[in-house]
Amino acid sequence: MMAHLILRVTIKLLFAPIIIFALYVQFHGDYGPGGGFQAGVIFAAAFVLHALGFGIDETKKVLPPKVLPWLMVIGVLFYAGTGVATLLLGENFLDYDILQPDSHHHAGQHIGIILVELGVGIAVASTMLTIFYHFAGREPEIRDEDW
Amino acid sequence: MEDFQTPLQPIILLDLAILSLLIATAFAMMRVRRLFAVVMLSGIFSFLAALFFVSLDAVDVAFTEAAVGAGISTVLMLTGMLLTARREKPAVPGHKNIAMVICLVTGAALFYATIDMPAFGDPNAPANIHIGQEFVERTPQDIEIPNIVTAVLASYRGFDTLGEVLVVFAAGVGVMLLLGAGSLRGGRKVKDDRPGDDETEHDGREF
Repeated sequence: MMAHLILRVTIKLLFAPIIIFALYVQFHGDYGPGGGFQAGVIFAAAFVLHALGFGIDETKKVLPPKVLPWLMVIGVLFYAGTGVATLLLGENFLDYDILQPDSHHHAGQHIGIILVELGVGIAVASTMLTIFYHFAGREPEIRDEDW
Repeated sequence: MEDFQTPLQPIILLDLAILSLLIATAFAMMRVRRLFAVVMLSGIFSFLAALFFVSLDAVDVAFTEAAVGAGISTVLMLTGMLLTARREKPAVPGHKNIAMVICLVTGAALFYATIDMPAFGDPNAPANIHIGQEFVERTPQDIEIPNIVTAVLASYRGFDTLGEVLVVFAAGVGVMLLLGAGSLRGGRKVKDDRPGDDETEHDGREF
């Protein structure tokens, strides 16, 4: 249990800041570099780090593999649904201006971009974790001499 | 249209250092036979590429390269390596000359092509005058967000990005189907023999 103690403590310390950073990248994408793709990957990287330090079974308790396919679908539908919503409101597919038609500073564009980026982030994070779970889940556990 | 010259700045030394490190890493990846070392070197390669993108002012691309190239794909390569051998088979001698000639000719052609490329940062480069300039000029009026990259990605080219998300989704579904859809529903669990445990069973999985 005391094996890889330094690694495990470091991972515990880093886990929350990585998640916060992912959220920052996600929602600050309008103003600085970043966006849904990068945020999704950073979010997934936090869980991958957890799995590397504590074993994939511990991570699967935190984030069960069964919810991931649902999150993948929700992310894609979030994106496409934003487009369908603008379509139903009477504009072109993904023409966000209709979301706030009376705004003088294009608030519709802001809302649309944030919604779409959220869809991207959810889809990318869950897809990356699905791929990782399926690759890593095929080997029982990394043996100590393989480190 | 007068000729644009990239101003010679001390940062060119940094660029040269990063590029030579990239080449050195690539050669090291070719020479090393231990796959663990190759995976680590590919992570280093991605970080160096990310540094180079930063020096080209492409921070968004650098961000993605560092997160995807150095982070996720290194881990995926490691988990993939666990399913195969730890060591690359020694290269079979022969057919080396023809490959060398092809590499040299292609490399020379690429070098020759760089002569025609516009200088770095040239405002009159084809990529900067038509649609690129349009995006830079119109984003403050049309979208009113400071990051033009996000404006292009999520608004002007929103439909393309939807396609990209679908590609990522399809990749995830593909991995799920190939590597164990049965196990998700509690069906037959896929078992892999540890390579090296059974020498009599060779099905070409070493590669």
